[in-house]
Amino acid sequence: MSNYLDFEKPIEELEKELQKLKDIAAKSKVDVSPSIKQMEDKITETKKELYTHLSPWQRVQLSRHPNRPYALDYINALTNGNFIELHGDRTVKDDKAMIGGFGDIDGTTYMLIGQQKGRNTKERQYRNFGMPNPEGYRKALRLMKLAEKFNKPIITFIDTPGAYPGLEAEERGQGEAIARNLLEMMQLNVPVLCIIIGEGASGGALGIGIGDKVLMLENAWYSVISPENCSTILWRTWNFKEKAAEALKLTATDMMGNHLIDGIIAEPLGGAHNNPAEVYKNVKEAIAAGMKQLSKQTAEKRIADRIEKFSSMGVTVEPTAAN
Amino acid sequence: MSWFKRIKEGITTNTKEKKETPEGLWHKCSKCKKIATMQEHANNSYVCVHCGHHDRIGSEEYFALIFDEEKYTELQEGLTGGDPLNFSDTKPYKDRLIESRKKTGLDDAMRAAFGKVHENDLVVCCMDFNFIGGSMGSVVGEKISRAIDFCLKTKTPLLIISKSGGARMMEAAFSLMQMAKTSAKLSLLAKEKLPYISLLTDPTTGGVTASFAMLGDINIAEPESLIGFAGPRIVKETIGKDLPKGFQTAEFVLEHGFLDKIVVRTQLKEFLANFLTAMKN
Repeated sequence: MSNYLDFEKPIEELEKELQKLKDIAAKSKVDVSPSIKQMEDKITETKKELYTHLSPWQRVQLSRHPNRPYALDYINALTNGNFIELHGDRTVKDDKAMIGGFGDIDGTTYMLIGQQKGRNTKERQYRNFGMPNPEGYRKALRLMKLAEKFNKPIITFIDTPGAYPGLEAEERGQGEAIARNLLEMMQLNVPVLCIIIGEGASGGALGIGIGDKVLMLENAWYSVISPENCSTILWRTWNFKEKAAEALKLTATDMMGNHLIDGIIAEPLGGAHNNPAEVYKNVKEAIAAGMKQLSKQTAEKRIADRIEKFSSMGVTVEPTAAN
Repeated sequence: MSWFKRIKEGITTNTKEKKETPEGLWHKCSKCKKIATMQEHANNSYVCVHCGHHDRIGSEEYFALIFDEEKYTELQEGLTGGDPLNFSDTKPYKDRLIESRKKTGLDDAMRAAFGKVHENDLVVCCMDFNFIGGSMGSVVGEKISRAIDFCLKTKTPLLIISKSGGARMMEAAFSLMQMAKTSAKLSLLAKEKLPYISLLTDPTTGGVTASFAMLGDINIAEPESLIGFAGPRIVKETIGKDLPKGFQTAEFVLEHGFLDKIVVRTQLKEFLANFLTAMKN
């Protein structure tokens, strides 16, 4: 563990001290095990205190933690590496920011699709920072149609700072690509389960986010805009990003409270990266539970419910008789 | 003592004079700067008689332009927005809504109406840019949603006139989900094989482009309209270069294959009637 976020400073200091104690133990014959135990308890205590009272902005930071598991990490863990990755939109190219293919989870074949980020500078560039171009959305749609053809349920892993706002993306119809996915996903015959595993930024996230069930990891965020950009537009400076994060009500708990998602998947203390095995297990259970319920329904019922769910989102005020 | 002294204080133009559709006797085109009488300009559907520049107009003008004898029935009149997130930036969203209603006389950024276009039935949803930049909040989505319900019930074709900066940030994820909601309803309209015409006008960007505006059976646009997903400033920042001339204009979008036709406003009604008749026969 070398990546500490600014609000994790207290933990960093304690862990440094713990390391010092361990070094002493290793070098000398002095028994420091009671101190080590004491320090470890203190760390656990501090973590509990810190991570159970996270502000929305702190969660946004966790959602972008450089060690956080990405789409392919989930897919490889869930399928035990039994993943047949497929490429290309059959029109322009293969978008590396959007990955997908068939994979086996406990004996059932699924279509697994997600936005993929990179771990180091080179990988990040290769993955375009998880920002798909139009061909990424068209590749995802192609794979979803393939899944529908062979009657395989679909799982999407959402993790993007947004659809790529580049010149060529505009030339090739970024808006049309996302719009088309929204329309087509509404009518897919197979069960669709979407999980926001990190960042769920705007139309770029929604472009693979139309599901019978939409779940969020505990420290993921989902909104119409990132807190930084919201701050820039409304306050003309980045400095209000913390305030914007709060105002946008972008956390899993807020989204659940507003009935805009269907469930929350718990993360280990300190975030998914602190114990990936645990988060993979939680995700796997959520998929099993969701798919068990959805597979019992007919395609017509699922589509009707899907449309009804999204159609009921929004808050409006009916005209009063006096008006 | 300075040599020069400002006699008048700063900006003296009041808001009324800055209105998008100016009132008065004369109209000066914002593009070619040539002058026509206001009457001439209005008779030409607010298209400059000299250079063809399309002035930005609102739902009232579009309804009058499209419907026979300017007669129509408004749908879902009086539906207004709530403040689901209790949002406040430099000013509370609630106050912003009240102010915008007062200033524009509109309920929100979308109006829907039903009427006839050369004897063809048509439901028209039209955005108003004056209302918080034509941004898409719950009311915009709900009005489209209910207008489509009306289309399904009465087997009527739909026209949506887009004119929007995109999502309404003050409704955050609720605003985002209007993209899903409108697409959901459009998928039902498609299943019933009822024609949907999308008209993109200046400007159409963001979440509106990435949902209903790009989903027409046919997509048409007014000349020179700005049409895109990301705004030009963001694209410029992303690529770190100046944008090519004509980037994200209707002509550019047509050339790249995302529009069927650019229709001059004065010919809009004829075009709609022709298309609707063609779909019937």
